[in-house]
Amino acid sequence: MNSTPSSPATSPAPFVSNPRVRRKLRQERIAQAVFATMVVLMLLPLLGILVYLVVRGAPLISWEFLTTNPSKGMTAGGIWSALLGTVWLVVVSLAFSAPIGVLAAVYLNEYAKDNWFTRVVNLAVVNLAGVPSIVHALFGLGAFVLFFGMGRSILAASLTLAVMTMPVVITATREALGAVPMSFREACWNVGATRWQTIRRIVLPNAVSGILTGVILEISRKAGETVPIMFTGAVFFRAIPEGDLFAYRLTDQCMALSMHLYTVTTQVTGAPAALPFAVATVLILAIILINATSIAIRAWLRSHRKW
Amino acid sequence: MHDSPPKIKVEQFSSWYGDKPVHKEISFHVRANEVLGIIGPAQSGKTTLLRAINRTLELTAGARSTGTIQVDGEDVRWVANVYELRRKIGMVAPLPVGLPLTIYDNVAFAPRCAGLSRKSDLDALVEKCLRQAALWDEVKDRLDSLGTKLSGGQQQRLTIARALSHQPEILCLDEFSIAIDPVTTMRIEEVLKELRKDITIILVTNLTQQARRLADRTMFLWNGEIIQLDRSEVIFSENPGNQKTYDYVHGIFG
Amino acid sequence: MISRRRRYEILSERSIETLIYLCGISAIIFVFGICFFVFREGLPLVFKEDTNFSLGKFFFSTEWFPTSMANKRYGALALIVGTLTVTILAMVIAVPFALGATVFLSEFCGGKFRETLKIVIELLAAIPSIVWGFIGLTVINPLIIQVFHVPVGLNALNGAVILALMAMPIMVSIGEDALKAVPDSYREAALALGATRWQMVFRVLLPAAKNGLLAAVLLGVGRAVGETMGVLMATGHAVNIPFFRDDGSFNWGWMFESVRTLTATIAAELGETSQGSDHYRVLFLIGVLLLSITFVINLTADLVVKGIRKQK
Repeated sequence: MNSTPSSPATSPAPFVSNPRVRRKLRQERIAQAVFATMVVLMLLPLLGILVYLVVRGAPLISWEFLTTNPSKGMTAGGIWSALLGTVWLVVVSLAFSAPIGVLAAVYLNEYAKDNWFTRVVNLAVVNLAGVPSIVHALFGLGAFVLFFGMGRSILAASLTLAVMTMPVVITATREALGAVPMSFREACWNVGATRWQTIRRIVLPNAVSGILTGVILEISRKAGETVPIMFTGAVFFRAIPEGDLFAYRLTDQCMALSMHLYTVTTQVTGAPAALPFAVATVLILAIILINATSIAIRAWLRSHRKW
Repeated sequence: MHDSPPKIKVEQFSSWYGDKPVHKEISFHVRANEVLGIIGPAQSGKTTLLRAINRTLELTAGARSTGTIQVDGEDVRWVANVYELRRKIGMVAPLPVGLPLTIYDNVAFAPRCAGLSRKSDLDALVEKCLRQAALWDEVKDRLDSLGTKLSGGQQQRLTIARALSHQPEILCLDEFSIAIDPVTTMRIEEVLKELRKDITIILVTNLTQQARRLADRTMFLWNGEIIQLDRSEVIFSENPGNQKTYDYVHGIFG
Repeated sequence: MISRRRRYEILSERSIETLIYLCGISAIIFVFGICFFVFREGLPLVFKEDTNFSLGKFFFSTEWFPTSMANKRYGALALIVGTLTVTILAMVIAVPFALGATVFLSEFCGGKFRETLKIVIELLAAIPSIVWGFIGLTVINPLIIQVFHVPVGLNALNGAVILALMAMPIMVSIGEDALKAVPDSYREAALALGATRWQMVFRVLLPAAKNGLLAAVLLGVGRAVGETMGVLMATGHAVNIPFFRDDGSFNWGWMFESVRTLTATIAAELGETSQGSDHYRVLFLIGVLLLSITFVINLTADLVVKGIRKQK
């Protein structure tokens, strides 16, 4: 190495460029350019497509579009019953999956010992997240609709969604709980607080933003899913009273936004060309809005640490 | 010399983390209202011993122990309510831990967990504990600011106030001066001299001179075994009767 | 002052711990529940007498005519091949881009720009599959027709592009974690020896993170195999092995043949079957097949990730 005349350490003027160094610098710039191109190639078409969808769908979207039922064989009117159906599915399913998911994460992070059983539970969570949505649909049909006799209903569809999206909230909550320093827990135990008191008064309050992020991500997953609700509770068409938030019952079948996009794209003929784009736009904007909320909460959390 | 029954009685106590032994059949007792100093190099089992006494050792994965530890004649392993046992023992960790609560809530945390909820009682208790820990004058105007935002020395005194808040009969201090400046250390030592009138204190310390200043008796723990336990005057004298003790106290090894 | 005798303290602690424990093992219950109910509806067909179904034909016959009046046939080979074709093609498209994007994100850009990119990728990962299917139908379809001058744009290539677009964000975010897990000292050591960042990435970073990156790819594969709505709308939905022409010669234009996947078949046909019929049960059997495939993929990915932890 010492014999290399251009070695910076021995060179009288260490930063004078020579062919070797210049080649290296060029390589470096090429590398950066190649990788940057990859990213651009990946992201630009996607963003372009999304913008295209929104631009084509936007003209049709109005307050009236959101608040009237579809009409004339779904070729006219709005999306009210689908929109409300999605809201119902999300809320009902959240009522099951959020508490169970959070407590499951509490178990895994606070109580579980490091043994084979815990590994099995972890593996189950991973696998639950990896099961294809269509298999969840089959499960929902076999278990909730048929075996438990719920029939095709909002309840059955919501439960299917809940099982499917629970890993999201478990993972996010675990991460949030894991970020709370161990010393806090020890300090609490030392003064005679029970494990649950410690969790409720110290651990959970300090993980709440992270948990909220997970729950919001879960909402966005639930709102977008189509397959799990297709055979468990969602229908192609159903008219409900407009403007009444409680127009559905738990035992009713309902429309859903995602399912409605499928319907107007593949099953309905004679609809205006912009209609599917408008439905897609509403769905995309809703999901982006939900996710943006979660990102905002996370940013806020970072700037408001209590320790 | 003392006829009263021992406050804490440890017999044939052994412990392990996984397969790694920590204590090897140690036996000793702590008298009521004395200050027992425990000195010894790192890894000699001092912290583990304290955690065994208030039964937080079992919360560590892989930890197990044999032998008996009695507090007030009751075996800690079989107490009906472990939380009550922990309330009887105040514990101060080496590094100050301010809970992410207000200063007031930090001190009121333990009483609230124990079921005390009347505001006036809590107010009185918080003030008393903060005064005992010599922190009241510094924080009395900002009790509702975050405990985690205090300086290290203040946080350590907050930790002591919290350890006193459940009115313990025994106070265990685990190398409390490790992260704070000498001036604060001296202030806390003054606090301890006040407290020793009412409660039993176990003082684990990395500063041998601190044990000499405060402890009635001092125990030299090394490698999980008690090398010597005697009155502090003896331990810190020129002739403690044990070469290892002499070497450690005089900084020849350790 | 403090009431020291509180028995209910212990009682309430016990009950809340039981509740937490039950929630903790719920994941196991659900996984077993999923297996149980999918098997319960599907397996009876395997043991049923007097039916046209046989496991041999299921795996090795390409004849899928579940609704034929005269002669119902349940050969899923074409569906399996369809799933494999689309998945592998999708990975061929997605892996280089995802890898490049991952490296760029973690090594070549920083600060605000990186945060913004990550947020964009996260938003892309959240786009529902039905929207991707819609994109395949309305954007990629005409694009393929125009660019390649083929009559139909709903084909294996379209499905693969959609799957690639869907899987990339996930692969990038998992891959980035893998690169983050490589200690900075490796990078510094390589750079200190005079390596360019290009050399550092290829000689040090990628070998060190290969397990994590492999796990990212595997999870991408799992996602692609299980994806339903996107491929249902984009692949043209024809039962067809794309690689051979009618005369048995190799079809070089296989990318532009319509195919059908396992998932799409269930989604398209389940609604029209009557409960308990052979057709209904064979769809659940396809579910069993999908479940097994994804379990294997997830377990492998998990083992690969565990392998990294053990090395450290």
